[in-house]
Amino acid sequence: MHDPFGGFPILTAIIAAPAIGALVVFLLPAARVEAARAVGYAATAATLGLSLWMLWHFQTGRAGYQFVESERWMGSIGVKYVVGVDGISLFMIVLTALLFPIGLLASAKLTNRVKAFTAWMLLLEAALLGVFLALDLIVFFVFFEVVLVPMYFIILGWGHDRRNYAALKFFLYTMAGSAFLLVGLLSLGFLHQSATGHLTFDLRTLTAWAPGGLDEGTARWLFLAFFAAFAVKVPLFPLHTWLPDAHTEAPTAGSVILAGVLLKMGTYGFLRFSLALFPQASVDLAPLLLVLGTVGIIYGAIVAAMQPNLKRLVAYSSVAHLGFVVVGIFALTTQGIEGGIFTMISHGLTTGALFLLVGMLYDRRHTFNIGSFGGLWKSVPILGGLFCATAFASIGLPGFSGFIGEFLVLIGTFIIDKPYAVIGAIGVILAAVYLLWAYQRVFMGEPSEENRKLPEINLRELACVVPLLALSLFLGLYPKPVLDRIEPSVKALIVHVEQHSDYREPGVSNRGPNARSVPKGDVRKGPGK
Amino acid sequence: MSAGVLAAVAPDSIHGPHVDWLALAPVVALAGAGVLVVLLRALLRTRPAVVPVTTVVALLGTLAAGGTLAWQWINVRDHGATVTMAGMVRVDAFAIFLGILVVSALFLTLLLSLDYIRPEGLEAPEYFAMLLLSAAAMVVMTTANNLIVVFVALEALSIPLYVLVAFDRRRLASQEAGIKYFVLGSFASAVFLYGVALVYGATGSASLTGIAQFLRQNTLFENGTLLAGFALLVVGLAFKISAAPFHMWTPDVYQGAPSPITAFMSSATKVAGFAAFLRIFLVAFPLYRTDWRPIIMALATVTLVVGTVAAVVQTDLKRALAYSSIANAGYVLIGFAAASVDDRAAAHRGLEAALFYLFTYTFMTIGAFAVVTLVGRRSHDARHNFDQYRGLARSSPVLAGFLTFFLLAQAGVPFTGGFIAKLQVFGAAIDAREYWLALVGVLSAVVLAFFYLRVIVVTFAGDDEAGEAAPARRRRIGAAAVVVLVATGVMVLLLGILPGTFLHFARDAASLI
Repeated sequence: MHDPFGGFPILTAIIAAPAIGALVVFLLPAARVEAARAVGYAATAATLGLSLWMLWHFQTGRAGYQFVESERWMGSIGVKYVVGVDGISLFMIVLTALLFPIGLLASAKLTNRVKAFTAWMLLLEAALLGVFLALDLIVFFVFFEVVLVPMYFIILGWGHDRRNYAALKFFLYTMAGSAFLLVGLLSLGFLHQSATGHLTFDLRTLTAWAPGGLDEGTARWLFLAFFAAFAVKVPLFPLHTWLPDAHTEAPTAGSVILAGVLLKMGTYGFLRFSLALFPQASVDLAPLLLVLGTVGIIYGAIVAAMQPNLKRLVAYSSVAHLGFVVVGIFALTTQGIEGGIFTMISHGLTTGALFLLVGMLYDRRHTFNIGSFGGLWKSVPILGGLFCATAFASIGLPGFSGFIGEFLVLIGTFIIDKPYAVIGAIGVILAAVYLLWAYQRVFMGEPSEENRKLPEINLRELACVVPLLALSLFLGLYPKPVLDRIEPSVKALIVHVEQHSDYREPGVSNRGPNARSVPKGDVRKGPGK
Repeated sequence: MSAGVLAAVAPDSIHGPHVDWLALAPVVALAGAGVLVVLLRALLRTRPAVVPVTTVVALLGTLAAGGTLAWQWINVRDHGATVTMAGMVRVDAFAIFLGILVVSALFLTLLLSLDYIRPEGLEAPEYFAMLLLSAAAMVVMTTANNLIVVFVALEALSIPLYVLVAFDRRRLASQEAGIKYFVLGSFASAVFLYGVALVYGATGSASLTGIAQFLRQNTLFENGTLLAGFALLVVGLAFKISAAPFHMWTPDVYQGAPSPITAFMSSATKVAGFAAFLRIFLVAFPLYRTDWRPIIMALATVTLVVGTVAAVVQTDLKRALAYSSIANAGYVLIGFAAASVDDRAAAHRGLEAALFYLFTYTFMTIGAFAVVTLVGRRSHDARHNFDQYRGLARSSPVLAGFLTFFLLAQAGVPFTGGFIAKLQVFGAAIDAREYWLALVGVLSAVVLAFFYLRVIVVTFAGDDEAGEAAPARRRRIGAAAVVVLVATGVMVLLLGILPGTFLHFARDAASLI
């Protein structure tokens, strides 16, 4: 087995670093604000370092899980602590590890109960990393649920005016979804036990067994149970109503993490669990998800355009972007899924940066109301320039990462089902409408008296936004390093789906615009056909 | 009256049953300590030493009971279950498991009471005596192998509780609760006794194993009497575990009783009730499970729905926790229902889940009520509406932290015992192919989470709004109460992170099937 770390449990260390940091912060006296901050930065930086180390040694050409660790945990109920990473989860780990130090840096001006805030943030990071690394269904569920608690307290403790309502709504929506997930995954484990006599929740075992071992009806019910949890998380239209509230009321760092990482738990869940465990059901129900994703793209964009509240506008733009991800995933083509994963990364960078910038505007004007701004370009030109660049990155201007992701999604969808691609493409235009219109209203024109003298962006704030923007630009110009690492896992996933369903991925030949060859020589059947 | 009858009662012809004293040791320790406390009270009267001395006696008696239970555990593990007192008492792993729970609950309640009765002016040795005697009866209940013993234990555990509930003489609510509990409790006991009579009439035996044997060997052509007996037994026992729709007394009594007593009732009484409930139905009537299984499932569903829905609309924390304890009984009942399926492995898992849930729940609920007790000192235990808890995070962050932790644990958040317990129960239900019961349980957990979160919001709210009442009334938390909080907290955490040992413990205890 490939082990460049000499037996060092790198993945466990990635989860443990922030968790230990949280414990240290918890044990510090509340008055030692600076110490709490220092531990926060140290722990998140260590996590980032570890995850980059892991990224460095990740083998590019391989599809399977790497650096797998497996320990007995609750043997009597078949639960093992199994962690591993593959191309699908790799960049989610790195993205998470990157956004947390930035989130803490963006909260450096926080004065209210810094110790508790730092501890919750670190706990949240540990839980999120656990979600993306866990390869045991119960362990995954444990982390999936644990994420709720720190996020709930971050919104509740440091949020804006309607934080109580938003935090509660966030918690209950997600918990209601995961209730079905729990029943679903327990059922899966016990059905496996009654079929094979062996109780386990190991994803690898179940992935090998479930596609053939479950009958069609059961698989469909289980798919829907998993779907309930992930669809709330993504969030898919019409389960998205918690999102604008939670994103708007959360403190800046909370919004960055919510949009940047938390939403991806849903799309990651679709990729890792729904497709792998229930391929036939995924193929059968793909039209449903394609429709919901497309509706999300259009609906999110239109509602975003109508928002008078800048932060809410950015929040609704997430609904649209995640719609792209879902469409890409359930197009079930290599390009579509790669594009979906790439959009997940890109959205984390650009929307994270947008929330940071909106937070900076709030720090200066104490409002999110678009109507209260105007002419800011004159008072804060650098901030305005960055906002402009980030808006373009988020719209998906060629040269930024957003373009690569959405382009791949549209290609991947186009070769399987043209209407979704066409409607989705309209969403790209609408994104330009809402962001540029908002940009005009906030930054153009003549500044009013309050907007005339505002402090320019400072070094700390630059240090938050510039890395995200630079990465988005880099990936937009040179996406190869990321795509190379994603591709083997995506291809393997599609092969897995093809083997266990009647779906065949259409090949794209280079013989001409209308040439859609059938690679495996048998009946072509795509979703919705 | 003939010579024969006289001869039968002549002293030389009475052979007392064989008594295995080890089997009775925990009961002897508890009841002995209880009697000793009463004696010391009579001897020392109102001398100042009386309270400390009786306190020490009560704690030592409890520890002795715990020690003998551990000894019994080793004995049962090596030599199997002990049946003694002419088959009346059966000490097996199941009994010891629940006995340990009762004694743990008693110990924690005693410690919690130390910090409560002095400031409240309720300092009286009788308080300890009552608790000890009630716990002794509960331990008898866990070992009872005969319907008559169950009934005697039921009464013996209830009567001291009636007094304890009304112990706070200054509060009308406490006395009202005492009367209410007494009237309804006696009624339930009478119903239970009627059930015992009907079952005896149908089978000719009151011994659980005797009934099972009779039913194995004989087919009843007219089983109406037996079924009526089931129904009445269920009513009597459902009352004790406060399962809906026999829960009406619970909110009022839990709210009115002194808070440490509420902690005791919500944990130990429930454990004892479930001990009898599970043992009677799983040991005596396994052949009739198709008849009583639907009753248990319906009871579980109704209990979950009523408990959760009613908890959400409460504005008094003690009352709300009472409803949440009702809902928690529903989760144990899910395990119970799963324990009655034909598939033996699944049934075993069901019982194991029910026992593990009881185990976890005991510590979660005592922890939560410990916080309630400590916060209640501000108003002499009179007011527990949410306003009393507003801004708790600011005035006493430690208490707020513990309350949050225990509520999250009850909500089933991972890394707390509550999560593993719920996982076990739902897993058992699914393994028993009771998908809808699992779904009802999971959804009611979500609704309950709403209630727990509302309480947490209240304790953290008022940070910047109000909170003027807080710092002035701040009072130190006594060492004994700290022990209770830390012990329950560590236990709930341990059950969530390293449940292995406890799962094995529950698995061994589930040997009833």
